[in-house]
Amino acid sequence: MSAVLRRTPALPGPLEWARVNLFSSVPNALLTLLSLYLLWKYVPPFVSWALLDAVWQAPSSKACREAAGAGACWAFIGEKHRFILFGTYPFEEHWRPGVSILLFLALYAVSAMRRFWTPWLVLAWLAGLTLIGMLMWGGVFGLRYVENERWGGLVLTLLLATFGIAFAFPLSIVLALGRRSEMPVVRAVCVIYIELIRGVPLISMLFMASVMMPLFLPSGVTVDKLLRAQTALILFAAAYLAEVVRGGLQAIPRGQYEAAEALGLSFAKRTALVILPQALKISIPPLVNTFIGLFKDTSLVVIIGLFDLLLALKTALNEPAWSGIGVEAYLFASLVYFVFCYAMSQYSQRLERDLARGPTARALKDT
Amino acid sequence: MTDDAAKRAPQGTMIEIQGVSKWFGDFQALKNVSLSVGKGEKFVVCGPSGSGKSTMIRLINRLERHESGRIMVDGIEVADDVKAIEAIRREVGMVFQSFNLFPHLTVLENLMLAPVWVRKAPKKEAEEIARQLLARVRIPEQADKYPGQLSGGQQQRVAIARALAMRPKVMLFDEPTSALDPEMIKEVLDVMVELAQEGMTMVVVTHEMGFARTVADCIVFMDQGEIVETGAPKDFFAAPKTDRARLFLSQILGH
Ligand SMILES: Nc1ncnc2c1ncn2[C@@H]1O[C@H](COP(=O)(O)OP(=O)(O)OP(=O)(O)O)[C@@H](O)[C@H]1O
Ligand SMILES: [Mg+2]
Repeated sequence: MSAVLRRTPALPGPLEWARVNLFSSVPNALLTLLSLYLLWKYVPPFVSWALLDAVWQAPSSKACREAAGAGACWAFIGEKHRFILFGTYPFEEHWRPGVSILLFLALYAVSAMRRFWTPWLVLAWLAGLTLIGMLMWGGVFGLRYVENERWGGLVLTLLLATFGIAFAFPLSIVLALGRRSEMPVVRAVCVIYIELIRGVPLISMLFMASVMMPLFLPSGVTVDKLLRAQTALILFAAAYLAEVVRGGLQAIPRGQYEAAEALGLSFAKRTALVILPQALKISIPPLVNTFIGLFKDTSLVVIIGLFDLLLALKTALNEPAWSGIGVEAYLFASLVYFVFCYAMSQYSQRLERDLARGPTARALKDT
Repeated sequence: MTDDAAKRAPQGTMIEIQGVSKWFGDFQALKNVSLSVGKGEKFVVCGPSGSGKSTMIRLINRLERHESGRIMVDGIEVADDVKAIEAIRREVGMVFQSFNLFPHLTVLENLMLAPVWVRKAPKKEAEEIARQLLARVRIPEQADKYPGQLSGGQQQRVAIARALAMRPKVMLFDEPTSALDPEMIKEVLDVMVELAQEGMTMVVVTHEMGFARTVADCIVFMDQGEIVETGAPKDFFAAPKTDRARLFLSQILGH
C-alpha cells in the first residue's frame, strides 16, 4: 500500500508528453492537427473581436458600432449593467439588491465549506434570508417599501434558484423515501406526483401557476406572482430530484438496512444516520446536474412576466439607442449563468473527491 | 422441548419459538419449527444450504416476519407492534456473514451509533465503552479507521463489537466466518469463544464444527425448512439419529 503511494513516476518532458498524449497513433495525430487548425482559425479572430477591437465605452449602439468597426461593443453592458443586475428595482435603491447578491454569495461560500456543516448553518441561512427579505422589501428601519413586482435581474434569478433548491431538495428526499415506502397509499401518492410532474414541461407548470392557481384559491386570497412561480419551480424540481435520490437509495445494499434495523434504530434514525448519508453521497453528480438545470430553468419565468436576468437584458435591448447589440448582450448573460453553473460543478467535483478521500487521508495519518 | 430447556438452563428461557412457519410467496421456508433457548445457552444451527437457517434466526429479531406460530424473546412476543420490535432489537445483537458495517462511519462511530441514538447514552460514555470493546476484540488501534480499510477478519470483529455495544442479552450469528479467508477465521472464532465463556446467550449458524464442539450446548440440524434433529454436540457428532444428519456430517467433515 505505502509502496504504491510512494512510487512517484518520473516526470515526462513536454515532448514526451506530447508524443504519448497527442501523437500516439495516426488517427490521434490527425485529430490533434485538426484541433490545432481549428484553434488557430477561430481563437485569434474571437480574441480580437471580443477584446482587442472591442469598445468599452459609448453612449449608444450607433456610436459604439462606429467606433468599434469589427469589434465587440461591450459599452452596452457597461451602460446597462445595473438594469441587468437589478431589473426595475428603484434606481437609487440599487444598493439593496446589490448587498443581497453579496449576501447570497457569502451564504453559498460558507455553505461550501465542510467545517461549517453544523446546525448553526441553518441558523445562518435563516438569518441571511431574513436580512435579504428585509433589504429587498424594505418598509422597516427607514427603508423604502419596494413591492416584489419591481424585483428583477440577477437577484431574482438567485432568489428563485436558491429557494428552489432549498425547498425542492428536502421535498425530493421525502418523495423518494415515499416512493420506496411499504405503505401502498404513500407509495401511490409519490409515484403519481413524480410521474405527473415529470410528464409536464416546466413552461406549462409556470403558466398553470400564474393562470390557474388563482382560480382554485378562495376569492379574496391572492398569492403574488413571484411566490406562484417559485412554488411551480420547487414542485417541478422536486420531482426530478426525487428520482435522483431514489437512484442513490437503490444503490445501498440491503445489508445496510438490516444492520441498522438489527441495532434497534427506528426508521427515521436509520434513514437519517445510515442510509441517506451514503445514498446522497453517491448521488452528488446527478444531484448537482439537476441543480444546474434548475438554476438555468429559472430563466423560464420570463414567460409569466417575471423580470429575471434574461428578461431584464431583453428589455434593455429593446431600447432604440441600444438596438442590434444582441450578440454581446447574450454572451454576457451566458457568461453570468456559466460562472454560477461552473462553480457548482467544480465544487461538486471537489466535494466528491474530499468525501472519497476522507477515509484514506485518515488512514495515511496512522501508518 | 421446553422441559429440556428448563433442565439445561435453570435461569429460564431466553428465546422460545413455537410452531413457527414462514412462507416466501408459495415457497414454505420454515415448517412448524419449535425451539427453546435458555438463558446463557449456546446453540449452533447447521444444515445444508437453503434449509432455512438464516430465515429462522432472522425471525428472532424480526428481520423476517413469520406467518404462523409464536416467538417470544425474553418475555416479549415478536409481533407487529413496533415498540415491541424495537425493544427486542435492543436486547438482541446480530452479526452477519457480510459484516454490514457502515462504510461512511469510522470504526468508533460504528460502535457508538446505536448506543448514542437508541440507548441515549452520553457520547463520552459510549466512546469509552466502544474503546473497551475494541480492546476486547483485540483491535483497539483501528478505532479511527473506516471499515473499508480493515481486513475481513478485523471487520467482522468490529461487527461483533458493534453488536455488543448495545449490551445485548442474546447474540445471533449468521455464518460469521463464511466470507472470511481461512487465516482470519480463527481470530473471529476466538472472540466468539471468549464471548461464550463469559456467559452470553448465543445462536450461531455455522459450519465450523470445531467451534460447535467446544462451545455449543446444543446442535440444531435443519433440512428443508424443518428442524430434523437437536442434541448435545457429543451425541450429534458421534451418533446422528437421522440419515439426513449423517449425510450432512459426512459431507462437511468428509473432506
Ligand atoms: N427474501 C426471500 N425471498 C424468497 N425466498 C427466500 C428469501 N429468503 C430466503 N428464501 C428461500 O428460503 C429458503 C431458506 O433460505 P435461508 O437463507 O434461510 O437458507 P440457509 O439455510 O440460511 O442457507 P445458506 O446456507 O445458503 O445461507 C431458501 O430456499 C431461499 O431460497
Ligand atoms: Mg444463510
